Amino acid sequence: MSKIASWITVTVMALHVAAGAAMPLAIEVYDTPNDAGGSLTLTWSRAVAGASSWYSVYVATAADGPFRLATTTATPGLKSAEPGLFGYDDDNDGYHVLHISDYATGNGEERESLKDGTTYFVRLGVQTAAGEVVGAALSATPRGNLFNTSKWNNLILGIGLSFVILLYISMARRKDLFIRRIAGLEALDEALGRATEMGKSVLFVHGLKGMDQIPTIAAVSILGRVAQRTARFDTDLRVANVDPVVMSVSQEVVKEAYLQEGRPDAYRPDSVFMAATEQFSYAAAVEGIMVRDRPAAHILMGYFYAESLLLTETGSTTGAIQIAGTDSYTQLPFFVTTCDYTLMGEELYAASAYLSREPKLLGSLKGQDVGKALIIGLLVVGTVLATFGVDTLTHLFAAL
Amino acid sequence: MTRDSYVFVGFLALFALVNTILVANGALSLDWDGLGVIVAAGCTLALYSFLYKDNPLFKFAEHVYVGVAAAYVFGITWYNSLYGEIIVSYFDIGEKGANGGGHNPWVLLFPTLLGLLMLTRFSRKFSWLSRISFAFVVGVGAGLTIPRYLSSFLLGQLEPSLAPLTLSWAGLNLFLVLVGVITVLIYFFFSVEHTGVVGHASRLGIWFLMVSFGASFGYTIMARLSLLIGRISFLMDDWLHLM
Repeated sequence: MSKIASWITVTVMALHVAAGAAMPLAIEVYDTPNDAGGSLTLTWSRAVAGASSWYSVYVATAADGPFRLATTTATPGLKSAEPGLFGYDDDNDGYHVLHISDYATGNGEERESLKDGTTYFVRLGVQTAAGEVVGAALSATPRGNLFNTSKWNNLILGIGLSFVILLYISMARRKDLFIRRIAGLEALDEALGRATEMGKSVLFVHGLKGMDQIPTIAAVSILGRVAQRTARFDTDLRVANVDPVVMSVSQEVVKEAYLQEGRPDAYRPDSVFMAATEQFSYAAAVEGIMVRDRPAAHILMGYFYAESLLLTETGSTTGAIQIAGTDSYTQLPFFVTTCDYTLMGEELYAASAYLSREPKLLGSLKGQDVGKALIIGLLVVGTVLATFGVDTLTHLFAAL
Repeated sequence: MTRDSYVFVGFLALFALVNTILVANGALSLDWDGLGVIVAAGCTLALYSFLYKDNPLFKFAEHVYVGVAAAYVFGITWYNSLYGEIIVSYFDIGEKGANGGGHNPWVLLFPTLLGLLMLTRFSRKFSWLSRISFAFVVGVGAGLTIPRYLSSFLLGQLEPSLAPLTLSWAGLNLFLVLVGVITVLIYFFFSVEHTGVVGHASRLGIWFLMVSFGASFGYTIMARLSLLIGRISFLMDDWLHLM
């Protein structure tokens, strides 16, 4: 049906041009949907294939002008290229679209941005062999939108997954949930035990990201469990930081862990320290600690960048057990090749649940597993449907 | 003197001799530019000396590096945030900072207060107040990150995978990606033991992961080699003028 409508539109446009009318049909101007404001959107019927047109858009704050040039182009986009704004209608191929956010003031190259709440008058000009034909003025008022309706799938997925996670948390409070063995974490106790036997320290190295990042939150959570064990075993723990906020949170977490183990006297605030404030100076400082203090275990958790190989390569030469965990997939190869055990990606997040057995974390992990099962199902069904020409699922889960 | 001490003194003497010859030949100018090249060459060699083993040269370069980086970050923080944003905005003095500065002081009141609460960590009695700032940072961070992760890491990956399979190279590629995604997802299943069918799928997932890690490893090593070439080029050309 929509293909027939599209064919009719194109035919009407062809007749329109054949009749000598240069102005496109269906010109519309309106506030750009789903934006933060300061923008208008202009749409008009698509030029007939083969016909070349040069379009200009003029903007004024009054109906009688003066109209200033906002933009000029020979290749305006199509509505179909912006499904976030216009959806997936087949008709969208039949319309051009331009977004206007500012216009020339007439003083050299100075431009003025569109202001929210101000009504602007917009005219579309088309260059023809006989000169430029300018259409009638249409008015619209730019405004910011509180909601981006193209991201409703994010909201539904977020709410759906949150519901599943909450459900599993309540289940975890009633009974113990099974989590498979994570090799890297089994090795954690081994590493801490080895450090205790050797009478050497354990070095915990944070990644580079700040406290507002999920891998750092996971790393701090693991640090709490490591600190509990070092407090229990009376093993020296040193925590290297590159971010002052992460350092402060780590101090709190380690202090809390020592308190929980009934060893507040064993906690030393200096054991959680700022090694450096910049990426490679941090790497140099931590390398120095590795070769001079010779800790028995290096635990690297969080998000790492290019310093990962420098750290673990040096660490491996000292003979220490190295356990790393990161969701930085570009650095995972280096950890895999230089560390004894590596927590890859989500294993980092799963680690804290595995170690603590806390219902909140266990339930979250189970809920995420359900999410993964749904994704696998979606991938299989969606691919089969897409193979048979049904794009519904693809469009529903598009990242617009 | 130990063997390391001889190596250390010998290196310093050789470095001084080489630089004296370079300055005497006019290869290096006796001004700030020339001094900059000498310091950079010295720091580069001192840091590379770690390849031999931990030594006083490396320790010196390491401490200089850490100190300079800390001072640099302090300068950036002072001029961009403390002075450039807060002091300029509250007292309407001086030039604006790199981030714009000169804001309405009321807008900055809340972030300034949160920043000041962080300083309560120096007091045993009031250090608990700093947790308000941490809670704010962690809460806002998680709140902002989760929707972004959903959009870019979940939907952004799903959409291109939900494409039609065809009897072509592109179709085969898509099929491989689909199998890879599904088996890797199965590897990251924590609710079930990895035995039987799940175990086989999980092992296939590990293969996919390792192949991608191998490719990433090779790619990054190439990039690191280009960094090494850059350093050697600096030493051979800018310092020694041998190229």
